[in-house]
Amino acid sequence: MAHELPFIAAINEAIMLEMHRDETVLYFGQNMATTENEPYVDAFGRDRVRVTPISETAEIGMGIGAALAGFRPVVELYMAEFMLVAMDQVVNEGNRFRAMTGGQVKVPLVLKAGYGFTAGWAGQHTGTINALFMGVPGLKVVVPSTAADAKGLMATAIRDDNPVVYLHNYLLTLEHGEVPDGEYLVPFGEASTRRAGGDVTIVATGWTVDRALGAAEVLAAEGIEAEVIDPRTLNPLDMPTILESVAKTGRLVLVDQATRHASAATVIAGEVAEHGFSSLKAPIVQVTALDATVPYSQPLEAWVMPNDEKVAAAVRQVVGTAAATA
Amino acid sequence: MSPSEPQELDRDRLVWMYHQMLRIREFEERVKRTFIEHPGVMRGHTHLADGAEASIVGSIATLGPDDQFFATYRCHGYPIARGTDVNTMMAEIYGRKDGLCKGIGGSMHLTDVSNGFLGTSGIVAAGIPHAAGAAWAAQIRKQGQVVLCFFGDGASKQGVFAETLNIASLWKLPIVFVMENNGYNVHTRTDQEDANRANGEDLSVKARAFSMPGVTIDGRDPVQVYETVGAAVARARAGDGPTLIESQMYRLSAHGNIIAPPGVPLHFPEHEAVEKFGNPEEYEAAKQGDPVPAFRGRLVARGALTAEEADALIAAVRDEMQAAVTFGLESPFPDVESALEYTYA
Repeated sequence: MAHELPFIAAINEAIMLEMHRDETVLYFGQNMATTENEPYVDAFGRDRVRVTPISETAEIGMGIGAALAGFRPVVELYMAEFMLVAMDQVVNEGNRFRAMTGGQVKVPLVLKAGYGFTAGWAGQHTGTINALFMGVPGLKVVVPSTAADAKGLMATAIRDDNPVVYLHNYLLTLEHGEVPDGEYLVPFGEASTRRAGGDVTIVATGWTVDRALGAAEVLAAEGIEAEVIDPRTLNPLDMPTILESVAKTGRLVLVDQATRHASAATVIAGEVAEHGFSSLKAPIVQVTALDATVPYSQPLEAWVMPNDEKVAAAVRQVVGTAAATA
Repeated sequence: MSPSEPQELDRDRLVWMYHQMLRIREFEERVKRTFIEHPGVMRGHTHLADGAEASIVGSIATLGPDDQFFATYRCHGYPIARGTDVNTMMAEIYGRKDGLCKGIGGSMHLTDVSNGFLGTSGIVAAGIPHAAGAAWAAQIRKQGQVVLCFFGDGASKQGVFAETLNIASLWKLPIVFVMENNGYNVHTRTDQEDANRANGEDLSVKARAFSMPGVTIDGRDPVQVYETVGAAVARARAGDGPTLIESQMYRLSAHGNIIAPPGVPLHFPEHEAVEKFGNPEEYEAAKQGDPVPAFRGRLVARGALTAEEADALIAAVRDEMQAAVTFGLESPFPDVESALEYTYA
């Protein structure tokens, strides 16, 4: 059985279920749990649900400490950029403790943060910094694109024994989707093939998955069948599924909301160039944000972001029909 | 600050304290000598706690069996006082398979979960919130656990020091912040980088900003440390919240061994007072206040220990630490594949 929920409610459903299931799960952050009638406070009390000051380094560091001491904290960070003020704790502390102690400890920690809020939030609250985390040893990185995945990946993140950066795209917040009832887990490292097709492989994450699917509909009308793959987790990264698809289609377009050299797309392109080169019939094309601080003004913001038309144009380029449709 | 009178601690406890101070000092001496006697065995950067033994032992002595602590990269002393096997510690510092952390952590990241030593960050102040997080866990468990958080004077100028002390006080966490002020942050004197010190105040006044008790003590006196940290631990255990303790001491070695590219033999340079500030008088005066012989003198003067018994302890500790060196040298290197084994749980 399933029910329909907005993306953000699906995340909350997972946190609620996991907190009921396991009393070591903690949930805390800024500007939450300030009154007694909030659902998490009501359900789990003040020991496990707390409001913090605006102190990201202490919040994440304390999450690490509580994890070392046997709990499973979920830190509510609201925006991915807020992790930048605490970057040492994110990429150089909790993720290293298991290794540095020779396996004595584990750090089951979820850092929950929104990203990619390209809806007029201007330069400092719109970033897609996902790829910053994907090559960091000891960290896992989750980027859901559907309400069901948002629920299932959050539950898996909370049960994982490693620090997990859980990045939910703010543009998807109110997108509705079918969500399985009750306990629902989506495994890490398993890409989702969101659309099957034999002519070109499109790999996209988060908000850009819908851009790829939109482009695929337009392309289908032109006789081009695109396969759309959502990796769902950037670390672990399901390269076998991507390579199998490229082996079938011989063509690859990557879509990412980040700027090119800071994108997961570039990392995946490198892997395919190394491990799938013989399958490729055309050069890989990446559709990313332009190298700019995201502008406030709407037409400028839209211009620097990837969209359905840019994805479709990239596909026409790699399948060799660009001239015909131009 | 006059030395506290040690009557309240029984003789066995006082002798235990002296013994642990000796063990830490001798362990550190062996680490230092390894650079000369076994060149190439130790790599990277190593930091010694000589001068801090009284503060370390007096603090660790206050902990109950289920209590926990976090330290900094200057981390050899705490686990020794807590009972960690020094053979595995030396093997770790030598990067060997039998090391406490299987050769992956090294000198700066000693950890012994079985003894409540939950972790060590090599980044200044980064461990302060980890300790507070563990204290939150202890508060939720309601089993009376307390967490000791060790850090240096330099760490108190990091933002996360302020962030964490605020939350710890706000939440009344069962934690004691032990700031070891050894007079220098790396190669910089405290009065050059701390506004309180520059204005003639103790660093413990920082506690006032967070509405928690702050106290400054002579960290060279293990009994005074024991009594002060013990009172703060009791306060934390009772649910009355954290305390900031500035434990003053003098670091008797340089910040760390020289930083040099591969090929240059490593060693410990002279202390910064001598090498950088041209003030050997300061250093010689500090050596006169060395807490290890000072505590021996007090115990012998009070009849808690005879000179012969003290000498016998020293001889036993030398044998113990020689054995640790031998154990470390004889332990094989880890299998290279183990480099990948602990990246993820």
